[in-house]
Amino acid sequence: MKYLHIRNAHLIDPSQSLDDTSDLYINDGRIAAIGHKPPEGTIDRTIDAKGQWLVPGFIDLSAYLNEPGYPQKGSIARDAHAAARAGFTHICAQPQTRPVADSSAVIQQIIERSNQAKAARVLPLGALTKGLQGEQLSNMVSLRNAGCIALSNARSPIKDNYVLRRLMEYAATYDIRLFITPLDTALAADGVMHEGPTSTRLGLAGIPETAETVALAQILLLAEQTGARVHISQISSTRSTDMIADAQARGLKVSADVSIANLCFTDQKVSGYNSRFHVEPPLRSEADRQALLAAVNRGELIICSNHCPHEIAAKKAPFAASEPGMSLYNGFLPLLLQLINTGELNREAAIHALSALPAKTLGFQREFKEGSIFNATLIDPQGMAEEAAEEDLSSPISEPLPGMALATFVEGQLVN
Amino acid sequence: MSDPSQLQLAPNGKLRHFLTTEGLSKDLLEEILTTASGFLDAKGDLIAKVPLLRGKSVVNLFFENSTRTRSTFELAATRLSADILNLDIQRSATSKGETLMDTLWNLEAMHADMFVVRHADSGAAHFIAEHVTPNVAIINAGDGRHAHPTQAMLDMLTIQRHKQSIEGQVVAIVGDILHSRVARSQIHALKTLGAAEVRVVGPATLLPKDIEELGAKAYYDFSLALRDCDVVIMLRLQKERMQNALLPSESEFFRLYGLTSEKLALAKPDAIVMHPGPINRGVEIESAVADGPQSVILKQVGYGIAVRMAVMAMAMSGQQLNQAGPETPLP
Repeated sequence: MKYLHIRNAHLIDPSQSLDDTSDLYINDGRIAAIGHKPPEGTIDRTIDAKGQWLVPGFIDLSAYLNEPGYPQKGSIARDAHAAARAGFTHICAQPQTRPVADSSAVIQQIIERSNQAKAARVLPLGALTKGLQGEQLSNMVSLRNAGCIALSNARSPIKDNYVLRRLMEYAATYDIRLFITPLDTALAADGVMHEGPTSTRLGLAGIPETAETVALAQILLLAEQTGARVHISQISSTRSTDMIADAQARGLKVSADVSIANLCFTDQKVSGYNSRFHVEPPLRSEADRQALLAAVNRGELIICSNHCPHEIAAKKAPFAASEPGMSLYNGFLPLLLQLINTGELNREAAIHALSALPAKTLGFQREFKEGSIFNATLIDPQGMAEEAAEEDLSSPISEPLPGMALATFVEGQLVN
Repeated sequence: MSDPSQLQLAPNGKLRHFLTTEGLSKDLLEEILTTASGFLDAKGDLIAKVPLLRGKSVVNLFFENSTRTRSTFELAATRLSADILNLDIQRSATSKGETLMDTLWNLEAMHADMFVVRHADSGAAHFIAEHVTPNVAIINAGDGRHAHPTQAMLDMLTIQRHKQSIEGQVVAIVGDILHSRVARSQIHALKTLGAAEVRVVGPATLLPKDIEELGAKAYYDFSLALRDCDVVIMLRLQKERMQNALLPSESEFFRLYGLTSEKLALAKPDAIVMHPGPINRGVEIESAVADGPQSVILKQVGYGIAVRMAVMAMAMSGQQLNQAGPETPLP
């Protein structure tokens, strides 16, 4: 038997209470031994990981990959590689493609492209309704059979609560996971940023917090009634963190995520009409940001990227005319490490919120245990990404910052 | 991305674009008023043509229709001896940022010295100032709900000329604050110029969230807001507000917030009444008040040309300073 030997790594796996410098032996894509050399076999290759963190591979519950349909914005190959460099081994692709991912053919295409890319594995999210129109249920069971990990509405509105109830009931029948974005489009109206002092000062139409919380209340009540397995995509406000915590306390099968952007930035970033910070859901107040950080630290909230890259022309426009969305893979680790270094995020909680917690939502195993499939990433907390960031107006950072993934292992295979 | 208030200043602190009244110093706002007053005679009429912008070309770049505002800029440019080109660019449903960038690149080929910009998107003038080639001055003639700084400064000039000073005045701004770029620009200018109190008055549907953080005091009760007022500024109410469930009807709005002689009597006896125009008689203001002795609405129009002349001359001079470095004083 031949082993890959990772030596002197700082192993951090909150789910196993691991926080030690140790050695890891991998064979045939699985963890063969932790801390001690297995009795039999030889070492094929050794990686010295002194000073580096070895953490369970990150799982991203939301990314917009733009393939098929929007080659000017990105591709599965490009973004899955960027994801691997950010420490992600698995990324959920939102169904907002062209054509919409509401058919087995599109799902198969996405899976094939992901296999060709040999990077972070793309897990397609199928469209919850046909064409994401919000009215007619998609062929949910066929989509799951085609390889969808869950079904999502990708920020497109569901026509009304009747449709929402019925699609939850139908999904619950077959235990299909639903990813739903809480958004009341009537309340959001023509808003383009958080409704507050900054929107008032800039004269930009605001999106009130209730555009999220009113919809969230409805989703939670219907999830309770139907017993559907619901994951809430991208909450942005204090009130939403409370509502999720209450629902979990009452025993609902509900989880929720927040984009790293909402953990790092507030609506103040929009001052100066900076379209890089035009995102959905909008960046909200400092109090909201603190509540979201606290919910992650309490283990109640998953961190996702909500990566949504755009070409320059989509961002080079007056704020309201620019397209919402931020390219987050290139800056993901530096931003995460900043939150950890400043003490705003507890390191263990952050890693938990990127590995074991999203794994639970998807029904995956994600832990450093002998016999487990090796999904992991080796992070150099001081390392600077070598490549110069090309001019990307949808990225929140414009200069290289410390924090990079040296190696990412997807199901035992080194992809980065 | 720079803050709009910084983007409009040359390194020496002089104006080189005029995008917003926010963040400008008291000295600079006073300089605008003094320069504007220099274009008026003792009676408040405009003096004869001056050659300050001779040989310069000004492009009126209007993405939103406004014959009135465009005409006053055209008159101001003519009075400064500039060459003027009017471009009305209708904003089609498909027109997005790309088109705005394309338009800009096309216009730059004309070698204009100044763009006067009106656009429906908040931040559009700021966007153009950021992306235009250096040495082209941008004057904001209204961007979305954000700012209409020349209108605000002509209002300041009106107050100054009728009340001697802006300092210490109690000013009420009444009506649709939510959608008003004029109100936002007025609040910043009034606070910087030392107004004692700025009140914004209207129902909750027409007052934007956290408006008090701009330094204004919010009032729902018009009668209360009029108490001790020196200046009452009425805003135009757009008809579409009724369709958007912001108001029940014009008549109910007039009953609550329309300026009548009885209401005006609650303000100080020498209070002046202003309106950026065009007036909706019987919706936000009664004819007897609009045409009455306390109204200075018609005066505002003449002052508007002087203020626009002032900011155009100052911004052009600021641009030249930017290019040349040494001081070229304004006459």
